[in-house]
Amino acid sequence: MRLVDTTRLALQALRRYPLRSSMLLLAISIGVAAVVMLTAVAEGGRRYVTGEFASLGTNLLIALPGRSETAGAGLQGMLIGETARDLTLEDVIALTRSANIARVAPLVVGGGTASWRSRERDITVLGTTASLLEVQHWTLERGRFLPETDMDVLSPVCVLGGVVAEELFRGREPLGEWIRIGDTRCRVLGVLTQAGMTGAFNTDEVVVLPVANVLQMFNAPGVFRIFVEAASGERIADARQDIIDTIKARHQGEEDVTVITQDAIIATFNDIFGVVTAALAAIAGISLVVAGVLIMNVMLVAVSQRTGEIGLLKAIGAKNRQILGLFLTEAACLSLLGGVVGFLVGTFAAFVARTLYPIIDFQAPAWASAAALGVAIASGLVFGILPARRAARLDPVLALQKR
Amino acid sequence: MIELRGICRDYAVGDQTVHALDHVDLAIAAGEYLSIMGPSGSGKSTLLNIIGLLDRPTAGSYVLAGADVAALDDNALASYRQSKIGFIFQSFHLVARLNALENVELPLVLAGADVKERHARAERMLDSVGLRPRMLHRPDQLSGGERQRVAIGRAMVMQPSFLLADEPTGNLDTSSGGEVLRIIEQLNRDGIALVVVTHDPEVGRRAARHLKMRDGKIFSDARRAEP
Repeated sequence: MRLVDTTRLALQALRRYPLRSSMLLLAISIGVAAVVMLTAVAEGGRRYVTGEFASLGTNLLIALPGRSETAGAGLQGMLIGETARDLTLEDVIALTRSANIARVAPLVVGGGTASWRSRERDITVLGTTASLLEVQHWTLERGRFLPETDMDVLSPVCVLGGVVAEELFRGREPLGEWIRIGDTRCRVLGVLTQAGMTGAFNTDEVVVLPVANVLQMFNAPGVFRIFVEAASGERIADARQDIIDTIKARHQGEEDVTVITQDAIIATFNDIFGVVTAALAAIAGISLVVAGVLIMNVMLVAVSQRTGEIGLLKAIGAKNRQILGLFLTEAACLSLLGGVVGFLVGTFAAFVARTLYPIIDFQAPAWASAAALGVAIASGLVFGILPARRAARLDPVLALQKR
Repeated sequence: MIELRGICRDYAVGDQTVHALDHVDLAIAAGEYLSIMGPSGSGKSTLLNIIGLLDRPTAGSYVLAGADVAALDDNALASYRQSKIGFIFQSFHLVARLNALENVELPLVLAGADVKERHARAERMLDSVGLRPRMLHRPDQLSGGERQRVAIGRAMVMQPSFLLADEPTGNLDTSSGGEVLRIIEQLNRDGIALVVVTHDPEVGRRAARHLKMRDGKIFSDARRAEP
């Protein structure tokens, strides 16, 4: 028997029961569409997050105080009261001497209030240097950023986040005005462009001061973290080694610094989202197995309804294998058609989501779509085997007696 | 051409064994026309199913066209059914979703015949049973007599040597039944061996050789004197 004929007979049989066949198609296509849509969301999220991290800065490394793998000081550290040694401004200055490092920007973070005349507002105080502007790819709406001075020099100047400037000055010109941050006063040099959340904090809600001022303000012994920009992409690894070596040398041979590269962050997020995507695909895939059970059920009904036909096919010379093939082809056609419909529906839904939320690139990864189609067809075949075997093994005499 | 020897067919019904066929001996020559008659439960349909290789005897030997077919497996039996035997049933057994032409083509489709060839052969068959103008009609658009004629076309399209008919006129009125019988008798005159199972004496009498069965045995095997 030819494959074309087998397929044609199977499709004719499916057309004979349009409602039943379309319900099965629906079940399978929902399963496949669910896989495509859910993985599109997860994949869109992955691209969005890694994209955001990539925009944090190029060739970026971040140094944190303490040798933390994942859990800070760790159990041992907690028991003996050991804490990481701070990264001091001197440490930061030492890093600038490496040839592999282009820029260094320390960061100190704290909470505080900013006030101008009678208005007051809670803010996040950032202490840093002029380099941070380039390291973080921030832009200024007006004025200028912190002046290029030595890090340990106190200077009564500040740069305001966009929202802070708006709410304190209400449309008046902030440049050159003196505002009060906690107990100190400083002159406004510039205002940052509003950009919302960038990385760890919302730059609209900050006031940026020279690092020495903030260390004094909070009486802090060391910086929160150090942003380091490697001289080039190829020198990220060298820069990382330089940071570790420098800090180790300055901390009596203790390697109590953690250096995170941007690549490592992105890779971590990629890994996390990869797992999330696979998990979502698997959950949605369960619906395909359910659809498979449905196929089995309906095919069993079909076999008992078409017992007479099966008997006739045997009487005119159909071999058991051919009967098996006919019913398996029906199951395969159903699941293939359902899979294709589901793929189209899912892809279209992702397209609509992309159009509505252009920030996130909703797009199912090719492997997920392929796996969904594959699982749909496989479950059709696997669950089609039982009914098809039942049909193939029918006794021709008994089958012919049924009409 | 067909030789049955000591054929038994037992069924287990509950804890009893029913002997549907009890040591039947029968030889059918090529081109014969015989009828099998008997009350229901006499074993005539069982005998036809065994001749037609739809059923296997519990005991006995069956030689078809020189080959022992009693012990063949399902696949081999299917091949014999495909090439040597044509069936006609009381309830026609046409596939409802296929039109007349496709129904007649079905054995050729199963045999893997080429599309053009099977169209041509099926059309010739339908022409010979007078249904060429209605070949694109589905069974539910055909009368009972027409349906049985489609079934005859399907039975004959593989050019078998035996045509087995189980109550071929059972669901038909007298005139279309007569038409069906005329067609299969013409086929018999053209050389095919024809076996008709019936409980209708009118139909049975037309055959050249009459078998009468009771309780799984042939108790009468008479030949009509040629007119």
